[in-house]
Amino acid sequence: MGEPLLEVRDLKKHFPVGGSLLGRVQGWVKAVDGISFTIDSGETLGLVGESGCGKTTTSKLILAAEAPTAGAIEFEGRNIAGLHGKQLMDYRSKVQVVFQDPYSSLSPRMRVGDIIGEPIETHERVSRREVQSRVRELLELVGLRPDVARLFPHEFSGGQRQRLAIARALSTNARLIVLDEPVSALDVSIRAHIISLLEEIQARLAVSYLFIAHDLAAVAHLSQRTAVMYLGKLVEVADSLELCATPLHPYTKALFAASLPSHPDEPREEIVLSGEVPSALNPPPGCHFHPRCPFVMPHCSEQEPVLRELSPGHHVACHLY
Amino acid sequence: MPPLLRVTDLKTHYFGFGGTRVVKAVDGISFSLEAGETLGLVGESGCGKTTTCHALVRLLSPSARILGGSIELEGEDLLTKSPSQMREIRGRRIATILQDPMASLDPLFSIYSQVAEPAYYHRSLRGGKLRQRVQELLAAVRIPSPERRMKEFPHQMSGGMRQRIVGAIAQAGGPQIIIADEPTTNLDVTIQLQYLNLLKDLQRASGVALIFVTHNLGIVAKMCDTVAVMYAGKIVEMQSVRGLFYHPRHPYTKALLDSIPKLGTRQPLYVIPGQPPDLSDLPTGCSFHPRCARAMERCRAEEPVECHLGDGATARCWLAIEEVAHG
Repeated sequence: MGEPLLEVRDLKKHFPVGGSLLGRVQGWVKAVDGISFTIDSGETLGLVGESGCGKTTTSKLILAAEAPTAGAIEFEGRNIAGLHGKQLMDYRSKVQVVFQDPYSSLSPRMRVGDIIGEPIETHERVSRREVQSRVRELLELVGLRPDVARLFPHEFSGGQRQRLAIARALSTNARLIVLDEPVSALDVSIRAHIISLLEEIQARLAVSYLFIAHDLAAVAHLSQRTAVMYLGKLVEVADSLELCATPLHPYTKALFAASLPSHPDEPREEIVLSGEVPSALNPPPGCHFHPRCPFVMPHCSEQEPVLRELSPGHHVACHLY
Repeated sequence: MPPLLRVTDLKTHYFGFGGTRVVKAVDGISFSLEAGETLGLVGESGCGKTTTCHALVRLLSPSARILGGSIELEGEDLLTKSPSQMREIRGRRIATILQDPMASLDPLFSIYSQVAEPAYYHRSLRGGKLRQRVQELLAAVRIPSPERRMKEFPHQMSGGMRQRIVGAIAQAGGPQIIIADEPTTNLDVTIQLQYLNLLKDLQRASGVALIFVTHNLGIVAKMCDTVAVMYAGKIVEMQSVRGLFYHPRHPYTKALLDSIPKLGTRQPLYVIPGQPPDLSDLPTGCSFHPRCARAMERCRAEEPVECHLGDGATARCWLAIEEVAHG
């Protein structure tokens, strides 16, 4: 299998609270609190969790938009913390992103050709003509007609805009694309379009995805492995199909129980979580999940469980196992 | 006895550019609803679901006009009511829950005054009785320590709590029908489950009928008794929820069901080609024919009529009509 494309080791990001210009820092929000995972070349890793669990902070750290508090991110064997100037530019050309809302992620003042062509011009020394032909190829790759390069984003529907965002992410020959809820804002039938397109592109270009979403069915469909995140920590990582068949962590079980059935008689384990995700500013002691956990034991509130490998490739952080 | 709500051939169009552009948002839909029943209204954005909801309570924008049909609530036609009579009906007999809980709560009023308002006007409660009723309503939607939380303001609540408060407001007038327009779109999955279970419990306790508008077929499978699938302003298929999932009769319904990812399999998704049509410039014949995998010559020329398939199921499709004709 060789070396993974991306390796994240014990990554932490803590944000100060109340620390204004002269004020004292009153506390720390541990948005990401010691997570480790790898993504291989051509692989999709799904990242699932509720709002506020640190999914988006993780994606920002990988995109080098935020600097980690501790831990390391290695891309193709090199730590990205030490990258500067030309090397950082190079890293950013290889790691791209597609955001949730295609209405706010495309500049309304730029033509489609410029939106997709700009990253190429920034990262490579190529002629205008070359850029134009690359833009046409990219538009065809995402299933749009090449002559739409002259148009503005407002002339496209939500699904088409998301195709443009994917074309832009691919324009610099990216090796890893962070997909931050790319289908959540879209209609059912358009979702299927975009998911199929992403699969097709991966099959052709062997690009890797970090697929962030809260729709378990879509994540399990698109990714080979899925990681479940709760309050800044990974609670379970496993092969997606295995995770669907035998979820182990109570939180994962609850997420599956909460995911909607695909037909009316589909059996569902009834695990209804009470309450909401606690504030990351003041997380519960021990296992962060214990106040909502239906299987809570006395020592769950004292000792924090570590992520352990139970069967090959299936990691869980829970005292039950 | 007439059903609780009967909508017959309802037409609502939007008129733009001095009447030169007509958007047929709702184009002749009929359905009925009994007490305690849950009807799902499913379809993609722009198929007329929300316009239907707004027409039912007659809260349409000025550019929209109801051109025909009737909306009968226990036999009385709502389309003949005066604005002041409609105000008596909204909140008291038909309540609505909208998609965005932040936009449907007023940031300047306390939770108490917003939940109390329908009970004050429609149930004529005052003083201690009103306070008690508000506390009961908030407790019913599982707001912890209601006597304290009701003095707070919407910004102090989380998204899930705000949506539950909107649910409490809808209940406050003691309505017979609640129209829920995509009430869980902005909520997390575990909170969504809590909210859907809550709505079911409230329904069991009060016998209220629900109209659930959504594009999420999973919610339909969980919540509804009957489902109406809308496409381009028309109900293209209507039947019981089991019938719909096990034996969909319209190709659009089947395509929708095949286009959602299912847990635990990696079967390729069915991709419906093209996009929903422009409601001001509909295709000839059946509006779905340009995207339909089984379109025939007849589908391009003639618009299919509503066909009754037994067990109260209906479909607007030539295939279903021919199937019935040939036994």
